[in-house]
Amino acid sequence: MTTDTQTSQPQASKPVPPRPVPASVDRSQTLVNLAIRYGFLCLLLGLIVFFSLATNGFAGPRSAAFIFQSVAITGILALGVTCTLVVGGFDLSIGSVATSALMLSAYMMVVLEQSAFVAVLACLVMGAFVGLINGLLIVKMRVPDLLATLGMMFLLIGLQRIPTEGRSISTGMTLPGGEVAEGVFSPAFLWLGRHRFDFVLEDLIPVPVIIFLIVGLFVWVFLELTRHGRLMYAIGSNERATALAGTNVNRYKITAYMISGVMASIGGILLAARLGRGDIASGNNLLLDSVAAALIGFAVLGAAKPNAFGTAIGALFVGVLLQGLTMMNAPYYTQDFVKGGVLVVALMFTFALSTRKRGGGH
Amino acid sequence: MQHAACRVVGIEKAFGPNRVLRGIDLTIPAGQITVLMGANGAGKSTLVKILCGVHARDGGNIELFGEPFSPASPSQAIEAGVVTVHQSINDGVIPDLDVASNLMLDRLNEPGAGFFINRGKLRGEARKIASAMGLDIDVRTQVSDLGVAERQLIAIARAMAKDPKVLILDEPTSSLSATEAERLFKLLDHLRETGVAILYISHRMSDIRRIADRIISMRDGQISGTFETEPLDYEGAVTAMLGHAMTAVDINVAAKGEPVIELDGIKLSEGGAPITLTIHRNEVVAITGLLGSGKTKIASILFGMEKPLAGQMRLAGKPYTPASPEAAIAAGVFMSPKDRASNGVIPTFDITQNLTLPFTARHAPFSFLSRASEKRTTQSMIEQLGVVCQSPADDIGTLSGGNQQKVMVGRWMAEASQLLVLDEPFQGVDIRARRDIGRSIRNTASERATIVFAAELDEALEIADRILVLYEHSLVGEHRNENVDLGAMLAQVSGQAAQYPNTETHAS
Repeated sequence: MTTDTQTSQPQASKPVPPRPVPASVDRSQTLVNLAIRYGFLCLLLGLIVFFSLATNGFAGPRSAAFIFQSVAITGILALGVTCTLVVGGFDLSIGSVATSALMLSAYMMVVLEQSAFVAVLACLVMGAFVGLINGLLIVKMRVPDLLATLGMMFLLIGLQRIPTEGRSISTGMTLPGGEVAEGVFSPAFLWLGRHRFDFVLEDLIPVPVIIFLIVGLFVWVFLELTRHGRLMYAIGSNERATALAGTNVNRYKITAYMISGVMASIGGILLAARLGRGDIASGNNLLLDSVAAALIGFAVLGAAKPNAFGTAIGALFVGVLLQGLTMMNAPYYTQDFVKGGVLVVALMFTFALSTRKRGGGH
Repeated sequence: MQHAACRVVGIEKAFGPNRVLRGIDLTIPAGQITVLMGANGAGKSTLVKILCGVHARDGGNIELFGEPFSPASPSQAIEAGVVTVHQSINDGVIPDLDVASNLMLDRLNEPGAGFFINRGKLRGEARKIASAMGLDIDVRTQVSDLGVAERQLIAIARAMAKDPKVLILDEPTSSLSATEAERLFKLLDHLRETGVAILYISHRMSDIRRIADRIISMRDGQISGTFETEPLDYEGAVTAMLGHAMTAVDINVAAKGEPVIELDGIKLSEGGAPITLTIHRNEVVAITGLLGSGKTKIASILFGMEKPLAGQMRLAGKPYTPASPEAAIAAGVFMSPKDRASNGVIPTFDITQNLTLPFTARHAPFSFLSRASEKRTTQSMIEQLGVVCQSPADDIGTLSGGNQQKVMVGRWMAEASQLLVLDEPFQGVDIRARRDIGRSIRNTASERATIVFAAELDEALEIADRILVLYEHSLVGEHRNENVDLGAMLAQVSGQAAQYPNTETHAS
């Protein structure tokens, strides 16, 4: 149908509600909508095809498993921070919770000579407890989320160094009291970080990847399919209205920070199990990488909001890009630059395009 | 002294499809206090924002002392001598600075103010302004350490420091005590004598009686009345503001069922008289009154967000003391709050998700949401209320204000309740949506007791079996919605009734 500017005037007085939209505007509108929805996934697919053609050995199960392994721990942390983003909060302490879990598990096994089970349990409890404190600071003490979790971050970075006077933990180390640490990392614990399951090829998929996928599925189901996830999104969108609908907003916010803390401690446990020692210097990049993954996730499927699927894709996107560039001999020091570039593009996708979709926002 | 300092002709302003101002004509004479009255959403604040350069007008003209006046920014308006004290106090003060810096803030912006601050000089000048205002505060005090009333006076003092020719005050006494308000009025008397044109926006009848030279009433974006002959017709002004054109809706007052909610000696504030009332099943009660008369306070108490100063409540005969909205809902008391944009709508959700928000548990066996069950409920509420939409999965933002409001009300009608409280359910709603919502509320009234809070009288007359009038936290009138004596009701709304003790205030 051709557009006619003349008839629009008299038509307005007739009881025909929809204004005639020129076909070309309509088409460009759907194009923009398609770009918002599938743009990022197409970009990911394009990258995979490009690297597969451009390099030797990128396309293959080993390389894929490597990518997944490289993003598994960041991805788990990112899924945790996604939960706090959903309720309109933020958790800066996840990186330090992860490194605290790393040190705590090493301390439990090497110094206190506890079993793997006790070490894992202690880390999870620690993560939940830190999340609880974060949540209480934010909800009860009314500390802004960024400040509360920033404070917690510093606190934990300091705390994890005190028992060993700032040194890494490994078997045979001398303790502050002068005695030698006799404990060892239990094989069951190391299994968590190092075992690989057979899938297509022998010893292909590492345990952390499986845990990442399980955690991802769990968070996705929780946020998308349960009423608790629905209410958490409602809190993030209009906290006051959600409270007036009879929701216990404080309880959900605290829960979100506890989930975040537990996820971060799972990440820390897996890191410890992979390293096999309580390395004080590990995990520096965890916070920024996982926050980036969660934010990139906003752009996936045009969600324009934190979401579990997007976060997982966001983590994978960074992994694919870095693996591909490494195989094309890009120097290691360009990595952060590349991550930053991806993040900025993703944020542009999210905010510029999706506000246009909503008619300029409000 | 009768010449107009500021003349406004045919001002138009729309936000999207919403025409907020539809041709406002107004003069503000020098040396007089012009009071502007209007219900919520009448467009007063928009008019003020156009005068002080926050919003640009869509049409019409403003003249200031005979010259065309189109401020592009608040600072231009101030330069021209139009100074505004906004309703929200925190727009007028900077809490983290001391009193002196606050009073002198605008001087710091002046050209030639210099790079460094001379503290001694700053405080000296600030003290002068403060003493002129009769403000007895150490100018070194942090504003954040002061009370609301003192902050308000500082905001007003700041405005005075700018040498206003036209001074606009938007509800300046809302947080002031009677003595503090009197201090302000003395100051205004003084300014009036010096020839300043003052536009004073308020609902408080006591203020208006004290200072008004002229009253202008606004309603639905238009001027609905101008009163300037002595003695001023206060009741007429309230009538013009609220409007009471008889509506086409006929109410058949229904037979009351058993008592559902009983309020016994509930006190809203120290000054308010204890409120005792009973609301029955199959009864729709409208509670009306001006802004600040205590409507929202009663709603908050019923919904467990606030505790009354004194008194008890009983729900279906049992003591009712909700500690939170959650507890109120569990007891079967639902409330649709006013201001849907901030208190109701979840902007990122679709119609279904918005509608089922309070009762997700009913649609989620083992916590897993059943989209089909949600959709069934939504579909039936869409039909019952006549929500105009493509499908239950439309974004809430695509709906018009009236249809959004239907979803907000539908949210609470989707489940059976003992008592349904609707706070300003017709706010920003067109007449058709208003009728749809009203019909739906009345049709289902037999299932529960219903309380509707409405400032506009026609809204109350359109929906209620019984209308109660609140004035300054006290119940001052009760009317069965049959041949209501509108004059008496308006007198009660505007607080005139207190002057006529013989008025039949408790007829029913």
